[in-house]
Amino acid sequence: MSIIDDENVRIPIGPQHPALKEPTSFSVALRGEKIESIQVKIGYNHRGIEKGCEQRTYIQDMYLLERICGICSHAHSTCFIQAVEEIAGLVVPRRALYIRTLVGELERIHSHLLWLGVAGHEVGFDTLLMYTWRDREIVMDLLAELTGNRVNYGINTIGGVRRDITTDQSQRILKAVDVLEEQTKYYIQVAFEETTLIQRLSGVGTLSRDDAMRLGAVGPTARASGINFDVRKDDPYAAYGELDFKAVSDDHNDIYGRTIVRLGELMETYSIIRQVLKNLPDGPIAVRAPRRIPAGEAVSRYEAPRGEDLHYVKSNGTENPERVKVRAPTLANTQAISKMLEDRYLADLPIVVAAIDPCFSCTDRAAEIINLDSGKNNIMNWDQLRTYSIDWYKNRGIAFK
Amino acid sequence: MSETEKLKQIVEEKFDYLKDAVKMQRERRLWAEVPYNKFFEVFDFLVKEHKFSFISTITGLDEGEYLAFIYHLSGQNGTLFNLKTKILKDKETIRTITNYFPSAAIYERELEDLLGVKVDNLPKGIHYPLPDDWPQGEYPLRKNWDASVLDKGENKE
Repeated sequence: MSIIDDENVRIPIGPQHPALKEPTSFSVALRGEKIESIQVKIGYNHRGIEKGCEQRTYIQDMYLLERICGICSHAHSTCFIQAVEEIAGLVVPRRALYIRTLVGELERIHSHLLWLGVAGHEVGFDTLLMYTWRDREIVMDLLAELTGNRVNYGINTIGGVRRDITTDQSQRILKAVDVLEEQTKYYIQVAFEETTLIQRLSGVGTLSRDDAMRLGAVGPTARASGINFDVRKDDPYAAYGELDFKAVSDDHNDIYGRTIVRLGELMETYSIIRQVLKNLPDGPIAVRAPRRIPAGEAVSRYEAPRGEDLHYVKSNGTENPERVKVRAPTLANTQAISKMLEDRYLADLPIVVAAIDPCFSCTDRAAEIINLDSGKNNIMNWDQLRTYSIDWYKNRGIAFK
Repeated sequence: MSETEKLKQIVEEKFDYLKDAVKMQRERRLWAEVPYNKFFEVFDFLVKEHKFSFISTITGLDEGEYLAFIYHLSGQNGTLFNLKTKILKDKETIRTITNYFPSAAIYERELEDLLGVKVDNLPKGIHYPLPDDWPQGEYPLRKNWDASVLDKGENKE
């Protein structure tokens, strides 16, 4: 592809680029500073997870699928086991459903605060990054206390959850939620009053309601374009059908709207967590699940922080599924990026891409590392990786003992 | 009668070949399988007459002699209509649904790469998701595909 044609300059950005947090590549045709057209290429994180699932047992798949993403990991594991539980006809205890909801909402706080920080950083407002990521530590500590892990919590199991929650923990969560709510109110004030932020985000990355529908946008990206769809509300799962909350939407149709939606969702999340803890039912936290799942199929949907996550599971009566299909929200949202950037300045690209809160690991799921010279897979185990790194330094004159 | 039950009844009455064949798994979950030559008739009806205005994704399945496709249509009141159809593997092709949903392009490219089905009239674009140097004719989601094919050194650049 030529860099310059008759009228446009074509700039390749990525797959590895300082402005991108994950691998993706953009081929941007520019007329002056403005974007004429843009081609997005994804797939660099394809790891073969769907195929991998067919070769593992359901319980192994749950852990594998939880590792699709380092942020919305609970979204993927819950989405998957909901489908498996539906096929197996398992009645998950209400207490387990409430605990899943609790961890899911804590995960949403972690994700939305992370996004707010990244958005601040992309528009040169690094104080916001420092503040939000400081506050995010509060929720990370809670997740670590409840589940044992900051990410990839491993709280789920087929038929329920693996860990119960104590009264002391409930109290600590409530206190932390009070602190986070106060901080979020401050961010909302910033979003409504800070002129620089408003001007930088308004009218940027615009996506009309029609385009959002046509291009299949989901989650806060769609809701900020006036599409009031939230799986928690429209197709309730876990404990959401018993909770009182609203789906937050906005009609700014731009990045400013996406900011308002996520901030509004944080406030709803705090309310959801309080309701969950107040109404936490007594009883067991899991039912026994069979190793072999009877033949059948089910589709499960989950409102991940980035939007609708969908898992399709087909079973064949054995310990391994016949087919697992994952559609993460970023794949749905990626297609709207080109539209959002049409006729915009190149300098808007990082924030427009960041505004869908992309997660390309989720999107691509499924990677073989192939050595081009030998054509062989180049996957190392831990010892090989350690030896390789020590040798790498030795060859450059740095001695390791 | 719930909205889901009503829709099941409407679809079953509209199409003779779907009489008693629309499965209601639970509230908001409907399933139906149609032969490929009837697929667009039902698909069109659901999208245009019943406001299934969003395609959540398309699942591709290798069913031996056939390749099957489930179109997960999302509609009013959180209803998901899972419309399945199948074609003869390596002998038949499917037609794109991008004229209904431009967003389906990436899902159809995924089917082409991973399952090896040809999607007719799919707008020109970059394949997804396999690497550019992926060997031709290797479709990882086919049941007989094994990753060891990548170890044989046959795929050397």
